[in-house]
Amino acid sequence: MNNLLTVSPSPHIRSPRTTSSIMATVLLALFPAALLSVVLFGFKAFLILLVSNLACGLLEYGWCRLTKIKNTVPDLSCFVTGTLLALTLPANFGEWKNLWTIVVGAFIAIIIVKEFFGGIGYNFANPAITARIAMLVCFPDLMTATVHTNLTNPELASGATPLGDIAAGKAELLPDWVQMFFGNHAGAIGEVSAFALLVGGIILIASKVITWHIPVSFIATVGLFTLMTGTYPEYQIIAGGLMIGAFFMATDYVTSPDTALGKVVFGIGCGLITALIRVYGGYPEGVSFAILLMNILNPYIIKLTRKKAFGGIKI
Amino acid sequence: MPLFNLPGVFLPHKKGTAKIAPVAIPTPQSVLIPLSMHIGAPATPVVKTGDLVTVGQVIAEAGGFVSAKIHSSVSGKVKNTDTTILSNGRKVSAILIESDGLDTLCETLAPREVNNLEELVQAVKDSGIVGLGGAGFPTAVKLNVKSVEDIVINGAECEPYITSDTRTMIDRGDDIRYGIEILNKCLKPQRIIFGIEKNKPECIENITNLTSDIENVSVAPLKAMYPQGGEKVLVYHTTGKTIMEGKLPIDAGVIVINCTTLAEIASFIRTGMPLVKKCITIDGGAVAEPKNVIAPIGTRITDLIAFAGGTKSAPKKVILGGPMMGWSVESMEMPVMKNTNAVLFFNEQEATVPEPTACIKCGNCVNACPFGLDPKAFVQALRAGDDEALVKLKANICMECGCCSFACPAKRQLVHTNKIAKAKVMKILKERQEAKK
Ligand code: SF4
Ligand code: SF4
Repeated sequence: MNNLLTVSPSPHIRSPRTTSSIMATVLLALFPAALLSVVLFGFKAFLILLVSNLACGLLEYGWCRLTKIKNTVPDLSCFVTGTLLALTLPANFGEWKNLWTIVVGAFIAIIIVKEFFGGIGYNFANPAITARIAMLVCFPDLMTATVHTNLTNPELASGATPLGDIAAGKAELLPDWVQMFFGNHAGAIGEVSAFALLVGGIILIASKVITWHIPVSFIATVGLFTLMTGTYPEYQIIAGGLMIGAFFMATDYVTSPDTALGKVVFGIGCGLITALIRVYGGYPEGVSFAILLMNILNPYIIKLTRKKAFGGIKI
Repeated sequence: MPLFNLPGVFLPHKKGTAKIAPVAIPTPQSVLIPLSMHIGAPATPVVKTGDLVTVGQVIAEAGGFVSAKIHSSVSGKVKNTDTTILSNGRKVSAILIESDGLDTLCETLAPREVNNLEELVQAVKDSGIVGLGGAGFPTAVKLNVKSVEDIVINGAECEPYITSDTRTMIDRGDDIRYGIEILNKCLKPQRIIFGIEKNKPECIENITNLTSDIENVSVAPLKAMYPQGGEKVLVYHTTGKTIMEGKLPIDAGVIVINCTTLAEIASFIRTGMPLVKKCITIDGGAVAEPKNVIAPIGTRITDLIAFAGGTKSAPKKVILGGPMMGWSVESMEMPVMKNTNAVLFFNEQEATVPEPTACIKCGNCVNACPFGLDPKAFVQALRAGDDEALVKLKANICMECGCCSFACPAKRQLVHTNKIAKAKVMKILKERQEAKK
């Protein structure tokens, strides 16, 4: 029996957490937003979620087969990307004639941003965000369309998203705050409900998948900046992609710092760029650009905010 | 105590054997005593094949300044003085002694008179005692200092399963008390701080009562967080002092002694019996009756397990030491050594090594590391062949505690890569120092 003993490097016990359990937790945290998107936007939202996840899963599987590497679909990260991408699209993508564009987005996210750079852990920017920005360039009309929820009375609704109203200086058209907090307003299917995303964010923090540093510093910075410039902070923090961006996208492990200090710096950076674009830029939404920019700055932030080694002497 | 604790990881305690008083195992038919059970030069044998030896008789002398004496743990006949065994990847010689089953004591064993440091150091040298917490640093070398501010006694026992120090703190109060008195007499420290994790309230209470009338002794209850018993971590959490890179505790005016080491020193001074037996925790999913045993040094693992009711299922991994820093042995013929405090027998499920997957840059390793190191960056620097980056990342500070590997969701063998990185940096730093001279 002696030669059957396993010899391996220490430690001999490991934490129960695995890559797939982390991704499963993220999916669970996205569930409230996904569910509400179907409630608010109906079958179209369901179709978007389905097509996006199917495309991401199949593309990743295909890539693994093609390059003869181990199938990485079971780590579930492709479905996190698929769900995030779906949730940032307006409901008109769910029309039959537009479904193919989602596949284009999935291709950009999974193949170009993720696999071309070496797969999970090596992407320089968040795949879902980069795909979203690419889609904004490729399909500007679809992406910027104002799609109201099924619950909205079309006669009372304004012709734009809340952020669009603010940017256009038509604050009197803003919907009721409480209605808006729960998601009854125009926007991308999974971005409208700050409530559902907040529930998801709390799941992520409570299960220690992420820490509070990035979302809190991100949202607080946007809040403070818009408060000081008098641009409706109470609407700014619940509108557009801020909640989903702050909790689910800016916290992407690969493209954000890992120390507490680094995360706060990163979050403040995201918040500042978002607020600057929203308040002074020509475009009502700034979250995706802000995160992408900070993703690119991430290596430098990591370098500057590295922990000092305990008892280390300066060299 | 410091304002902030160093990071670490919370582990399952699994200290089911804490409540069971240790039992002595019957003397095995033969023992295999390695000549290198400590840090430093191996000991030199002073017996030859065919010699008759008794319990406590010197069988090997210290092989240098940093080394330790070795005594026979049984009475009987020396069969061989250079059996080769593989000890944690190194080949070391060992002395094989066949027991006569009588356990005849060596005649020259006698209590010691210890009144000053010189006598203490000599006594510890003669006792063959090394750091019993794990590292095995010869204790006499550690104690031989001009002056010391603080003595920290390590009763943290932060590794899961192991309860042999717990038993020392519960069962050997007299020895501990006597040891503390000796330390006070010979080393005259300002403070003696006893660090114990809070998951051992019985030990905290016992030691507190035991030392309440000694003015400079205090008990520091520590958060039950691994690696609380790591030397630098313990010193920081008990005294607030930071041991700098490449330095020893004494450079910060501190000596750290494991509680069982202290008890052994006291017992040697009181009885003259050197370190020939060890309390060892036997546990793990494959063990029928987990318990603490007192076994002669050199007892083979096969003989130990027989005494713990044998196995419930075939052991698939056998670990000498704790699950975080212990090492998995190739063969059950391996003997237990002076610094062995546990032998763990893992069943199939516990022994399964998870398949490493790609690093997802989650930063768990960074945030688990007590010293604020970045093991994932070591890997990147190693892959890029960037030695300068490794030096800057301070891979040399790594104590191989395993928190990073434990916390890694991708199940990467970070301690393994840390060791490679550490060895590289140590070499570079040494070369630089020599170039300076
Ligand atoms: S814990 Fe593992 S997966 Fe996470 S950053 Fe460190 S090495 Fe990578
Ligand atoms: S093994 Fe080294 S790098 Fe890993 S946590 Fe321990 S000290 Fe830090």
